[in-house]
Amino acid sequence: MTATSVLSYAIDLVAVLLLALGLKGLSKVRSARSANGLAALAMGLAVVGLLIQQQLSPQAWLWIAAGSAIGGLAGLLTAQRVPMTAMPETVALFNGCGGMASLLVAVAVALFQSGGAAAPDGALEGAADLVSLISIVISVFVGAITFSGSVVAMGKLQGWIATPAWTQSSLRHAVNITLAVTALVAGVLLIGDPAGLPLWLLVGASTLLGIGVTLPIGGADMPVVISLLNSYSGVAAAAAGFVVGSQLLIVAGAMVGAAGLILTQVMCTAMNRSLVSVLFGGALGASATGHVGGGGDEAGYTRITSCSAEECAMALETAERVVFVPGYGLAVAQAQHTLRELAKLLEANGAEVSYAIHPVAGRMPGHMNVLLAEADVPYEQLIEMDSINPEFPRTDVVIVLGANDVVNPDAKSDPTSPLFGMPVLEVDQARQVFVVKRSLGAGYAGIKNALFELPQTAMVFGDAKAVLAGLVGELRELGVGKKPAAV
Amino acid sequence: MSSLSQALWVLLLGSLLGFELIGKVPPTLHTPLMSGANAISGITVLASLTLIAQAGGNSALLLLGAGSLAFALFNVIGGFVVTDRMLAMFGPKSSGSKSAGRNASSSKPSSAQS
Repeated sequence: MTATSVLSYAIDLVAVLLLALGLKGLSKVRSARSANGLAALAMGLAVVGLLIQQQLSPQAWLWIAAGSAIGGLAGLLTAQRVPMTAMPETVALFNGCGGMASLLVAVAVALFQSGGAAAPDGALEGAADLVSLISIVISVFVGAITFSGSVVAMGKLQGWIATPAWTQSSLRHAVNITLAVTALVAGVLLIGDPAGLPLWLLVGASTLLGIGVTLPIGGADMPVVISLLNSYSGVAAAAAGFVVGSQLLIVAGAMVGAAGLILTQVMCTAMNRSLVSVLFGGALGASATGHVGGGGDEAGYTRITSCSAEECAMALETAERVVFVPGYGLAVAQAQHTLRELAKLLEANGAEVSYAIHPVAGRMPGHMNVLLAEADVPYEQLIEMDSINPEFPRTDVVIVLGANDVVNPDAKSDPTSPLFGMPVLEVDQARQVFVVKRSLGAGYAGIKNALFELPQTAMVFGDAKAVLAGLVGELRELGVGKKPAAV
Repeated sequence: MSSLSQALWVLLLGSLLGFELIGKVPPTLHTPLMSGANAISGITVLASLTLIAQAGGNSALLLLGAGSLAFALFNVIGGFVVTDRMLAMFGPKSSGSKSAGRNASSSKPSSAQS
């Protein structure tokens, strides 16, 4: 063992340790940010360790520089430019590219392992053996699914891709099973003929399978899918580790794969969905629409009260306790800053303001916290569901901003509702509820909301930002915020 | 064969470690944690580098290696920077008006340089 290989072993060990600590720290609020830095440092160390171990030709350095420059720069720019509201699809995009990287490595090794013009020192160590071929199959299969699945997930979240009707019938199971079997057969054939047709068949079938399993899944469940795909990309990395013979890659990939699986499970629990129903149940909205008989349409509602911003402002002026329930609609309208302005005004008027955060508010668990933190909302005012639910009966005014399913009282009271059993914010307990919404369209899950028909509920129709700005204007006109309020 | 069984042990222990590391996660952190774990899964960058290092003079291999390196680094750098951006918002707010600029956080992703 030479000095450099001892050194690179040591670096690898430190890198694994730091990666584990980083992953651990990321699950605690206090340490999360430094843990992220730690993980980044570990990654840098791992790369350095590898580079000093390998004897690189100037030509190799050139290719590394080119690849790094393109990938690194694109990643940096994307990460800095992307708006916070688009976080879930961004993670999906990054994740898909990780899968693609593992796929490319495996394809390259499969194509060139049998010598030919390849490495002079018979490199790509022992690639011909069975284990390595199986690893190649797994790496290609999982990598391709991760890539195409992530791209579809991103497209669906961005609204580029709709859910085709056929994907909601059982036909999709037949299609997906056919694809899976094709991939399996191709994988077995590949072991006999690594560089030939089976490889491309495997790539094609796996890619289509990734599309086939992701396409039927409704937008509301997409975060779970992204988390699962994230786990897959860890598996793909571990498989790539077997392909190139890197233990560090195996351990890190396995770690992310396992951790991703646990996180997926945690998220499923938070959303009260089971992983099986997410993956094979189809879009929640599609089945639910049949269930309530075209429930998403305006016709489904009979006792709706709507009111203007002015009336809403008058209720707010006298309210002593106001709770905002922000949802994705708020994020879409980019209204979090206007909301903060309104909250400040109400506080100046002596009201007690808080924000009720449902675990899955926004599009991903924790997404809403990020968005509100961006608007400088004090962390203490963001109250989680379990803490705020007992407070609703003594709340004067609740304003629901672009949230829908998470405030649906049917989830508690109507066993036939598709939402039944999902933990919700009990805003129906409050004295007065205003729901700011663009229209009476259905929520993300496509289910009618009983809250809208309650006598204490009034709808304020309009874009969240415009309505909030209107409320700020009305309150100023009423003289709120000019004189210090006496409480 | 010993290197294979060794690799399988590494796989097993790595998986167990992953299962143990994520126990309880507050919902607030689900998104950042997913994003951070995603960045770590870009570790496949090591496979890309190995591929390039062992490609010899085969330019097709070099090209595939560089392509996969670009994809992997996109994942790694983008993943860490975006996670940092998210987590920066959870940091203690020393003064209310400190981050009036909405993208203030994006100016300090230095920890993500790898």
